[in-house]
Amino acid sequence: MKKYSYTEKKDTRSGFGAGLLEAGKRNENVVALCADLIGSLKMQDFIKAFPDRFTQVGIAEANMIGVAAGMTIGGKIPFTGTFANFSTGRVYDQIRQSIAYSNKNVKIAASHAGLTLGEDGATHQILEDIGLMKMLPGMTVINPCDYNQTKAATIAAAEFEGPVYLRFGRPVVPIFTDADQKFEIGKAWLVNEGKDVTIIATGHLVWEAIKAGEQLAEMGIDAEIINIHTIKPLDEAAVLKSIAKTRCVVSAEEHNRLGGLGDSIAQLLIKNDPVPMEYIAVDDSFGESGTPEELMKKYGLDDIHIIAAVKKVLQRK
Amino acid sequence: MSKENNDLKKIASQVRRDIVRMVHGCQSGHPGGSLGCTDFLVALYFKVMHRKPGFDMDGKNEDLFFLSNGHTSPLLYSVLAHAGYFDKAELASFRKLNSRLQGHPTTHEHLPGIRMSSGSLGQGMSVAIGAAITKKRNNDPSIVFSLHGDGELQEGQNWEAAMFAAHHKIDNYIATIDYNGQQIDGPVDQIMSLGNLHAKFEAFGWDVVEIEKGNDVEFIAAELLKIRSEHLGKGKPVCILLPTQMGYGVDFMMGSHKWHGVAPNDDQLKAALAQLEEGLGDY
Repeated sequence: MKKYSYTEKKDTRSGFGAGLLEAGKRNENVVALCADLIGSLKMQDFIKAFPDRFTQVGIAEANMIGVAAGMTIGGKIPFTGTFANFSTGRVYDQIRQSIAYSNKNVKIAASHAGLTLGEDGATHQILEDIGLMKMLPGMTVINPCDYNQTKAATIAAAEFEGPVYLRFGRPVVPIFTDADQKFEIGKAWLVNEGKDVTIIATGHLVWEAIKAGEQLAEMGIDAEIINIHTIKPLDEAAVLKSIAKTRCVVSAEEHNRLGGLGDSIAQLLIKNDPVPMEYIAVDDSFGESGTPEELMKKYGLDDIHIIAAVKKVLQRK
Repeated sequence: MSKENNDLKKIASQVRRDIVRMVHGCQSGHPGGSLGCTDFLVALYFKVMHRKPGFDMDGKNEDLFFLSNGHTSPLLYSVLAHAGYFDKAELASFRKLNSRLQGHPTTHEHLPGIRMSSGSLGQGMSVAIGAAITKKRNNDPSIVFSLHGDGELQEGQNWEAAMFAAHHKIDNYIATIDYNGQQIDGPVDQIMSLGNLHAKFEAFGWDVVEIEKGNDVEFIAAELLKIRSEHLGKGKPVCILLPTQMGYGVDFMMGSHKWHGVAPNDDQLKAALAQLEEGLGDY
């Protein structure tokens, strides 16, 4: 197992803030909007650097999506900022008609996704957003795993032509990817080469997969770990290449089992190379209040549950 | 009467013929609001808007128009065709398979003249405001127009947008409300009353102007030109309340919600066309 370590923990939303500032420096057409959550979205540095390129929308997310769509006409590249719940479910029809169907170059930046939002509870913990967004034709869906990857993904999203859903989170998590990484939309990252099982993880579950891989190695199980940061379009070649070798898969994501990364993988397998698969995901339920760590443990989204899923899928080989 | 105004009337009559024939041709669509707003859109495109030749999505240094009540698509398509964005022969494909003229306007089929999809109501004001902000940021002196149904104002997003536009002083933008008092299920006052719309927009911080004769194309053109020169750039978004008659120009379709979304049969088509001069030649 390749060794991964970290010296610092940071929230992925801060990676977004840093990426937005950098994207703004690189391209004067990058603009930002926020629905009364500047601090939560870490947009302060962008606003300080480019006050004339920021628009406060207030608590009116539907309007924010429409205004952002309109801003693209004339060449701007708008980033909308609010929590993932209010970035998707609340404004689904606005995104569908004014952004996706209209093919507008809007970047929907969605923070506090999933259970790790924590104490605010289920009203704010969206676990359906990946499914909602990936069902929209033409929408690119990205869920980075740490500060550095989120920063790189944000810069890449600004350079990419077309609508993007960029999903990140609230809690501080280890920084284990390279600071100067090149982020390629739609390209999987091979975290660890192995031969016994493929673990495909996205977002906060990538670090859990690494922790699981280390423990599995001690048990003599050689896990291949793939990070899918771009859920749509899916790097099908990378997944199929890996399972051709390992012949079984565990998917891992901070999302409902229905409609998430796991379902995309399962569909790919069914059409091309059916092998046993287990899901690490929330099992069709809402979340609840608690600390991020408590919630991830209770809902089965940690290294312990990944190890159990690997053992189960190996028995099904 | 100037020759130009005479032309406006000819265009409006032709557009009305197109609308009725298009809706008849596919036996679906929304003739009522389309006929009612014909004079407004003809005045706008042929007298008021500063348009560049050709079409590009960014529309820099030209006026932009956004149709929020997208179900009046036959009106928009006919006006765009006569304004030169595409061949009027294509109007025959309205709402048919493999057409660029979808039931509701879309950018998806790359029809020149369309910059935003609409149909799901209540979204156009936000979009138009966004485009107006970009014009300001680009130091582009051209302006943005939009059209909305009155019933459509029941959608809450409009009021988010109205609050936003006043707060951010979007004064390069004119939103027009098709104040025909009708929606699909009946008169707006019976379905969900809008109350005092003039006072509501004023209370939101808009400059509200009423154009008395919403089905007089010459009058509308003159008023729009006046509003354009006198009301913009003063720190407030501008709202025009335009009283129109749904179905205007075809006597049996006028003033009732019943022709909101119903296509005429062969006899009704004949009766309608007998009332509308073929001003520019049918498609």
